[in-house]
Amino acid sequence: MTLLSESFSFIINSAIDVLPIIVFLFLFQRLVIGEPLANGRRILVGFVFVVVGLGLFLVGLEKTLFPLGRLMAAQLTDPAFLYETAGKAVSDLSWDDYYWVYLFAAAIGFSTTLAEPALIAVSMKANEVSGGAIGVWGLRVAVAIGVGAGVSLGCFRIISGMPLHYFIAAGYLVVILQTIVAPKLIVPLAYDSGGVTTSTVTVPLITALGLGLSEAIPGRSALLDGFGLVAFASLFPIISVLAYGQLAELRERVSAPQWRSQEFEEEERDAL
Amino acid sequence: MALATDAAGSFRDLLPIVVVIAVFQLFVFDAPVEGFVSLAIGAVLVVAGLTFFIFGLRLALFPVGEGLAYSLAGKGSVFWLVIFAFLLGFGTTIAEPALIAIAAEAAQVAADADAISSTQAAQERYALSLRITVALAVGIALVIGVMRILANWSLPLMIIAGYCLVVLMTSFSPKEIIGIAYDSGGVTTSTVTVPLVAALGVGLASSLKGRNPMTDGFGLIAFASLVPIIFVLAFGIIVQ
Repeated sequence: MTLLSESFSFIINSAIDVLPIIVFLFLFQRLVIGEPLANGRRILVGFVFVVVGLGLFLVGLEKTLFPLGRLMAAQLTDPAFLYETAGKAVSDLSWDDYYWVYLFAAAIGFSTTLAEPALIAVSMKANEVSGGAIGVWGLRVAVAIGVGAGVSLGCFRIISGMPLHYFIAAGYLVVILQTIVAPKLIVPLAYDSGGVTTSTVTVPLITALGLGLSEAIPGRSALLDGFGLVAFASLFPIISVLAYGQLAELRERVSAPQWRSQEFEEEERDAL
Repeated sequence: MALATDAAGSFRDLLPIVVVIAVFQLFVFDAPVEGFVSLAIGAVLVVAGLTFFIFGLRLALFPVGEGLAYSLAGKGSVFWLVIFAFLLGFGTTIAEPALIAIAAEAAQVAADADAISSTQAAQERYALSLRITVALAVGIALVIGVMRILANWSLPLMIIAGYCLVVLMTSFSPKEIIGIAYDSGGVTTSTVTVPLVAALGVGLASSLKGRNPMTDGFGLIAFASLVPIIFVLAFGIIVQ
């Protein structure tokens, strides 16, 4: 019963979040474009689905998965747990004693990204625009691998205490090099995928992990070191999606018969 | 029928999280999963919610974003297109819950570092200025992104120049703001904004002659994640 009333309040909240956007869109349509929206009723029904869907999605996460995920993040970084698995006090631990943290970070980064609604939306669009060449599932797995690797490395940074901007600058450098060699068609999508990965599902869980870690480890401040995991989670998918494009191109080149003319291959690549 | 297919998809999307949590709970912590029934109900809600969202996405968010892009491009009015892009970015970011949370924490950090006085009022003012900074940044980012599609500027060059600027500014910025600045780039693009913005870019690129929706339509979200980093770093340098 409480779940029912709570679902209701989450739906109301998501309506309050989405309503200004809806009003803005309809006003703009009326006042600037000067004609009513085509299929106005269908679109209103669609917005109701979006609002109710987001509300139910959030209440489900907030009531069940988030508490469990946060609890796990706290347990993994609990000095007692660390002592038990490594057999040493926290102050004697070196960075490689935190293997469960790295594994959890990678697993939770990967799995939450697959359920991220904004990423599903962009993948659907990319699939449609590329005429099916970019798979909805393939792109999402590529992004999820990037987030998993990024969050894991971000945890290593907090544990080792190395400066955030070293990692970010190195990551940007890799992105620049990849941009030069990767197929042109994948580049804008790869840049976009950095921004869409970190929203409703991923951020609360990895933030909990970052704050838990920086509180547990001596010499770290939650306020200084707890931030920055989201940055890792948005940088590494760019690298992994560019790599996904490069792999697709490579596979194309390997499977292309020898006698094909250069031009034909060019065309094929452009159709990626 | 479409709903049933979406529901199967949503179930598959959620499965990895359930597996990860179950495996860690049972094998690493060696603890039973308590409250199984309420967990199952929660999972059903998540699947249903995701299904409805995806369904509504196709019915509303995609058509609206693309429709507006077509109409504005058809009108040939760069002015209204730019206004629309700015308002969409600014309006959806200023109320973003994730940003409100980060701004409040950032004010705390700044107070602890003695960058601002630690009174409630000073912190609230700082948090609000930070939110306005980020919202302005996202609005301007979408304007730059739309201008890029119209003028056919090179996306990689612009983004890489932006990254270089970020790295350069990082070396001048106060230490407390760096993590917050980098994170603010990631939290700005919400679940409702992303589909709208993606549809806007793709719609715009498909309605202009000589543009490829794949290479020209994407990239708006990239600006929306990059420009806030630059603005927040600048904010940190100025406030310091």
